[in-house]
Amino acid sequence: MSELSEKPEEGYDCEGFPIPSAPLPDAATVRAEMLSVYPAKTKKKREKQLLTNDPGTPPEIAANTRTIPGIITQRGCTYAGCRGVVIGPIHDILHITHGPIGCSYYSWATRRNLARVKPGQPVNYLQYSMTTDMMEEEIIFGGEKKLAAAIREAYRIFKPKAIAVYATCPVGLIGDDIHSVCRKAKEELGINIFGFSCEGYKGVSQSAGHHIANNGVFKHMVGLLDEPDKAKFRINVLGEYNIGGDAWEIDQLLQKCGIHVTATLSGDISYEQICKCHTSDLNVVMCHRSINYMAEMMETKFGIPWVKVNFIGAEQTAKSLRKIAKFFGDKQLIDRTEEVIAQEMAALRPVIEDVKSRLKGKTAAMFVGGSRAHHYQHLFKDVGMLTVAAGYEFAHRDDYEGRVVLPTIKIDADSRNIEEIEVEADPKRYNPRKTPEQIEALKAGGFSFKDYDGMMVEMKKHVLVIDDISHHEMEKLIETYKPDIIGSGIKDKFVIEKFGVPCKQLHSYDYGGPYAAFTGAANFYKEIDRMIGSKVWKMVTPPWKKSTQETFGVGIESEGNKAIREIVAGMAKAWKPKAKAATSDEG
Amino acid sequence: MRKVAIYGKGGIGKSTTTQNTVAGLVEMGKKVMVVGCDPKADSTRLLLGGLAQRSVLDTLREEGEDVELADIRSKGFCSSLCVESGGPEPGVGCAGRGIITSINMLEQLGAYDEDEKLDYVFYDVLGDVVCGGFAMPIREGKAEEIYIVCSGEMMAMYAANNICKGIQKYAETGVVRLGGLICNSRKVDNERQMIEKFAEKLGTQMIHFVPRENDVQRAEIQRKTVIEWNPKCAQADEYRTLARAIDQNKLFVKPKPLSIQELENLLMEYGLLGA
Repeated sequence: MSELSEKPEEGYDCEGFPIPSAPLPDAATVRAEMLSVYPAKTKKKREKQLLTNDPGTPPEIAANTRTIPGIITQRGCTYAGCRGVVIGPIHDILHITHGPIGCSYYSWATRRNLARVKPGQPVNYLQYSMTTDMMEEEIIFGGEKKLAAAIREAYRIFKPKAIAVYATCPVGLIGDDIHSVCRKAKEELGINIFGFSCEGYKGVSQSAGHHIANNGVFKHMVGLLDEPDKAKFRINVLGEYNIGGDAWEIDQLLQKCGIHVTATLSGDISYEQICKCHTSDLNVVMCHRSINYMAEMMETKFGIPWVKVNFIGAEQTAKSLRKIAKFFGDKQLIDRTEEVIAQEMAALRPVIEDVKSRLKGKTAAMFVGGSRAHHYQHLFKDVGMLTVAAGYEFAHRDDYEGRVVLPTIKIDADSRNIEEIEVEADPKRYNPRKTPEQIEALKAGGFSFKDYDGMMVEMKKHVLVIDDISHHEMEKLIETYKPDIIGSGIKDKFVIEKFGVPCKQLHSYDYGGPYAAFTGAANFYKEIDRMIGSKVWKMVTPPWKKSTQETFGVGIESEGNKAIREIVAGMAKAWKPKAKAATSDEG
Repeated sequence: MRKVAIYGKGGIGKSTTTQNTVAGLVEMGKKVMVVGCDPKADSTRLLLGGLAQRSVLDTLREEGEDVELADIRSKGFCSSLCVESGGPEPGVGCAGRGIITSINMLEQLGAYDEDEKLDYVFYDVLGDVVCGGFAMPIREGKAEEIYIVCSGEMMAMYAANNICKGIQKYAETGVVRLGGLICNSRKVDNERQMIEKFAEKLGTQMIHFVPRENDVQRAEIQRKTVIEWNPKCAQADEYRTLARAIDQNKLFVKPKPLSIQELENLLMEYGLLGA
């Protein structure tokens, strides 16, 4: 807690974890209870996805596997991961969804990836949603012609720099070749047009869509523009999607230190920025899950090293800034960074102290994303709150156990479906940013590249780690742990709130944010303080606790249901003799 | 109205057999509608004396919602009624979905209504039951009796057996039944006996054995059914016999498909008899 106060603080244990004010239940017992209701086959599978943590030697977790039918999952589809998360935020290209209207409609501005018009970047198409609106006719006769027409029409209206086309489920089923349509349109219109085979049914979650998106961005955009920005310390921020303005906070902070962001993939980003991001000198990775592919491919092809950072949480932000400064090794930069950290912390400390006075000893649980369930634990920790259970929605084993397990991850049939592109060093542009000697020196000084150790090592011993949590497990968790707040998504938000527990959406931030960097952290502390302090959810009587007289359609003894039962019984009586007569006729 | 679907391996002669049989039925004075369920839209060529002008799906595409029965239904030989479902060109879209759409369209337009006074509707369905769309005629009671065209060749019997699996599946929950096998001879050794035995094992009958005869091809070149081309030739009588057998058929069963081993034993037994 060095950044937060000079001496070890009360309310934290010797390992630095906040001490909850109420005793925690025994995790192993809760786990057994959660599993006990499952049929044998489901139990066998969930056992491997529901663990008690050991930060010393993280146990092997089953992740990125198929959701069991009957378990209500938080996951999204491959199309959502590709179009919605990774590529959608590019604001000056057109995004055309090739499919029936719903896929496009429900991905229309549903993620709060913000973008603003800047000098030299006068267009922002993020408010638009474009689709080919496939109908039965296109399903039968094929939709390629309609797609080609849609591309032409969109081009005629907007004259964009590039157009991305996304395949939805039926496109894969009937086999429309979107890539050849894109190639032809590219020749005809003279702009960059490319397609993504991100049919929703591919893979086990949206994670497959991230991978497909990474491949496409790398193949069709990265490296097209060899014009480095005129700044001394250039980095790309990967896996930052500017939800609620996070990327802007990070940008501003880095600027204060003297670090220039060439491109943020993909938050408030322009086509040009992506095309020239290979001219930057360091990739810092926020969300490891969604973009590690890109970091790896850029290193192989262009020689840009990557490091893991985290701008969520004050201490983590400071640590990340120092890491970047250390990479460049410039005395002036390092000093300036320290100054900025000191300044920002001075402003933040009173907020932390104030909020902590109320939240110290409270607990949180998080089931979200592929990195957020990890990163946000630091914010809670800053204000004295322990995360008693956490899990990802679509992450893989390496995001839990760290990249050390990469060689031991089994490639299953679902992952084999996703293209792995072969990348080689660019014959002209490959340029290792550091000499082997410099790298060794950095490593000797405690610096590590490609360093993601996963969530488990940073969680307390014996807390619960649950991958792809089900509603049953969530309910059990609330019942046993009674967490003071849960960070989750839209699918379980209202269930949680009906239990009287406040729920913060950590995909969209509800209507809030930004929460990144120091300034964002202050927003988060205050928001959590407000949510936990509010008694509003405790005043709600959920339908299942209301007397049956008050509820309509709920409760087996309610008047409405009684009446329906009588009608049905009456109908059954009237119907029975007729059925009997029919049998006797045959006999 | 009897609702009949003809299935069988690709190239076995479903369309030829269907149209020649329908010619026999209309000659008897029956009112028959033929619905071609093949994207190639060539199931009614012999009855119409050439390819149908427009398929259901083409019309639907060009006219939108505003389609009349007369736009898609043509009169063929002896007042037989001919419809082609049509579909996408090879390699694009989804032909199965097309068949579903087009049969629904026909229903909406009243092609099956009582005042049409149809005695028969025949569905001539492309190839094997490759996906849900091609099973459409046997789902939801669109077709109630199925005849499978086959020969003594292994692959034709294999396909017939597979089609029986499809029928069995829908027979459990619906009205569809197997009416029999039509053997369209390829002059295989012991063909008649083998198909009779095969039919018996499936729990059905070989409803007719159509001998191989070049008159069928001669008539086809003239874009005619055999009955129209040369009403007096022996092959015309074969199709009349088949038409009569179908008209008088009372044996409708839930088929019992064979295991692959049983099927191979059958081939072994009969295929080697004369060797």
